[in-house]
Amino acid sequence: MFNYYLKIAWISILRHWGLSLLMICAIGLGIGAAMTTITVNYLMSADPIPHKSKQLYYVQLDSWDVNDPFDEGLNPPDQLTFTDTTNLLNAQKAFRQNAQAQANGVIEPNDPELLPMSVSGRANTADFFTMFDVPFIYGSGWTHQADVNKEQVIVLNKVTNDKLFGGEDSVGQTIKLDGNVFKIVGVIDQWQPKPRFYDITTGAFNDSEDIFVPFSMIAEQKIGRSGNTNCWKPSGDGFSAFLVSECIWTQFWVELKTQQDKEEYLTFLNAYVEEQKAYGRFLRPMDNRLSNVMQWLENQEVVADDAKMMMAMSFMFLIVCLLNTVGLLLAKFLGKAPEIGLRQALGASRATLFSQYIIESACIGLAGGLLGLVLAYLGLIGVESLYGDYMQGLATLDSTMMILALVLALISSIVSGIYPTWRACNIQPAQQLKSQ
Amino acid sequence: MLETGLIFRALMRNKMGAILIALQIALTMAIMVNAIFMIQDRQQQMKRPSGIDENNTFYLTNTVFAQDHNFQAELQTDLNTLRKTPGIVDAIQINAIPLSGGGWSMSLQHEPGEDKDAIGSALYMVDEHGINTMGLNLIAGENFSQEDIQWRGQGQSTWPPKTIITKAFAAQLFPDDWQTAIGKTFYISQTQPMQIIGIVEALQAPWNGWDGVERSMLVPFQMESSSSYYFIRTEPGKRDKMMPIIEKVLAESNKGRIIRRITTVEDTRKRSYRQHNATNKILTTVVATLTLITSFGIVGLAIFSINRRTKQIGTRRALGATRWQIMRYFMVENFLISTVGVFIGSIGAIGLNMWLVSTFNLTPISFELILFGIVALLIVGQLAVLYPARKAALIAPATATRTI
Repeated sequence: MFNYYLKIAWISILRHWGLSLLMICAIGLGIGAAMTTITVNYLMSADPIPHKSKQLYYVQLDSWDVNDPFDEGLNPPDQLTFTDTTNLLNAQKAFRQNAQAQANGVIEPNDPELLPMSVSGRANTADFFTMFDVPFIYGSGWTHQADVNKEQVIVLNKVTNDKLFGGEDSVGQTIKLDGNVFKIVGVIDQWQPKPRFYDITTGAFNDSEDIFVPFSMIAEQKIGRSGNTNCWKPSGDGFSAFLVSECIWTQFWVELKTQQDKEEYLTFLNAYVEEQKAYGRFLRPMDNRLSNVMQWLENQEVVADDAKMMMAMSFMFLIVCLLNTVGLLLAKFLGKAPEIGLRQALGASRATLFSQYIIESACIGLAGGLLGLVLAYLGLIGVESLYGDYMQGLATLDSTMMILALVLALISSIVSGIYPTWRACNIQPAQQLKSQ
Repeated sequence: MLETGLIFRALMRNKMGAILIALQIALTMAIMVNAIFMIQDRQQQMKRPSGIDENNTFYLTNTVFAQDHNFQAELQTDLNTLRKTPGIVDAIQINAIPLSGGGWSMSLQHEPGEDKDAIGSALYMVDEHGINTMGLNLIAGENFSQEDIQWRGQGQSTWPPKTIITKAFAAQLFPDDWQTAIGKTFYISQTQPMQIIGIVEALQAPWNGWDGVERSMLVPFQMESSSSYYFIRTEPGKRDKMMPIIEKVLAESNKGRIIRRITTVEDTRKRSYRQHNATNKILTTVVATLTLITSFGIVGLAIFSINRRTKQIGTRRALGATRWQIMRYFMVENFLISTVGVFIGSIGAIGLNMWLVSTFNLTPISFELILFGIVALLIVGQLAVLYPARKAALIAPATATRTI
């Protein structure tokens, strides 16, 4: 029976090909627009580290100006002072902890043929690599001992290792970074979390770094720091004064296994701030926060307003396309009134007619969905080329999205088919036959 | 018109098609008006002048990595070389580039102290060539003199006693009369006095999305820093020719550094507003496709209703209706439907705008735009129905006599 209905639908679609094409195009455009924006939003709000995003917490402490609160008092500062990061790191109260800041430098390759190259870097502690599941090709991250002893060790990413060592295992070799000699302990594989959740202060979709060095290298002035620095209180002259200042420029992540661990850590943070208050710091009311990865991304509004607005617009667009389809289907089905009357007179039940016309709508929807997929693909290419680096890697259709597109098309076409079909089934056969 | 009532009653007998068209028109209008509004808003932002001679300027990053070097001497050598190169108007060292996205901001306050209100501003460190190199327009007061320029060591927390600010910043500090800012002393870093010696017409901050983007200040500093920008202005039309020359000259004159990211200010502007541009293009496409879809919907439904009424139209023609009267019937019908549509659409547009205002901090929509939307969609409706109406008018009176 189903095959027969398909055949009837096919004949009907072909007979009114102009109208059918119009409907397919309308659904296709609507689905295409909706899928383009859904995909961008979906990828922007993706969980970058799904298996442990609930165990990784970003630490915030309100060390800001009592007269002029950070973010109008809505949120504590988005970074920590060097003093606090160092203290929390030394306390070692979490299962794992990572202190980090953005850095940059210039590598002078050992090979005299190669030109010096400027690299983006991260100064972090040993746990960074284990906490964030960084994949290694050669070697591994450095040890906790290396952090404590302030050893000049370095981890390169694949691209940098390819440039400097032609992709060979460079572990054990040394390189010159900003005039200082660093020993290579590991090379990481392609690794580009989207969003780059571990540091979104300079842009959530930036590339991961070229090199990684111990956090202590910044205080030792073996590498220059970069990234955002925000100060509310003037600091004294020189770098050592800057380090003890109230400027925020470091970030602190902890890994906590259970809810209980989290509560204990929060208690520890509160006790820490209490203690610091004795030194005349933390004059604002206590507002310490632990946000897991997804909470942190949401708090920092990683999904761009533009993307959300576009999605809202494209859904309205889809609705217009569907209204269009409802109207056209209505016209089409009612245009077939004589035929319907005849079939009813010959014994077709309403249920038969209903399934038949719903199948016809679904066929149109599926065709529209396929067209929509092609349009979404083109749309994403367009979005990527229009927005450039900002959307790099955020505009790809995966299988989930493709299935979603077809399901969306199918559901919307069936929904738009219901009313016209219902009207068609309620046609009075006698009247139709009379007029013939 | 007498027949309006007749058309209306005929419409009521077959409501659904008309309602669907009206709803489509309403949604199209709501989206269209808001999209156009957002496009205009972005266009206006992009039109704001940066204050710089954008066509003839470029910059590069100078990163020194050699360990034993004399910042002061090397900077002087570089600047002398640059300024003497034929084709170059002037050159400076600077800490940040307008519209580039990265920079430095500080606040000025009327009175010294920790708990006093302060107004934030972008901060550019330049020497006495700053105004000439960027092509700024000094509209009051004077430029820095050579003696005003100080060396700024790394991590230094003290500031020079003089500054030049933009007109927008002056107007914010002195809402009554910006010109009175000249000669006044303000406090930077809460307690350090700083006197305003000049006002430039415009100079944008590095951040185009910041509400204080027009507030900038120039500070007479030269930086002892391992990484800084050189900002260069060429004679008109010579920029593209000079860029590779300058890159080569600098790179070869000193091997202990890297010259990188050589970029024109024009490109920086493009990059800065890339998202704006992209969003605008997408919105334009959305509006165009939407209008197209709606008009196709109108055409499709009209053709069907005409096909269903072929016999009646023929009868009317046989009874003496002119072609124009038939056409008019469908055009008036569309006008009635569209009127309902744009009425709902106006409410929808305002509703959508209110939601956008509350969710994305947009500004409220203007009445003119809604009026424009109404007129535009009424015209679109009439144009869309023109072809089916003409088809209807061509139905022969003889059709009335045929049975099917």
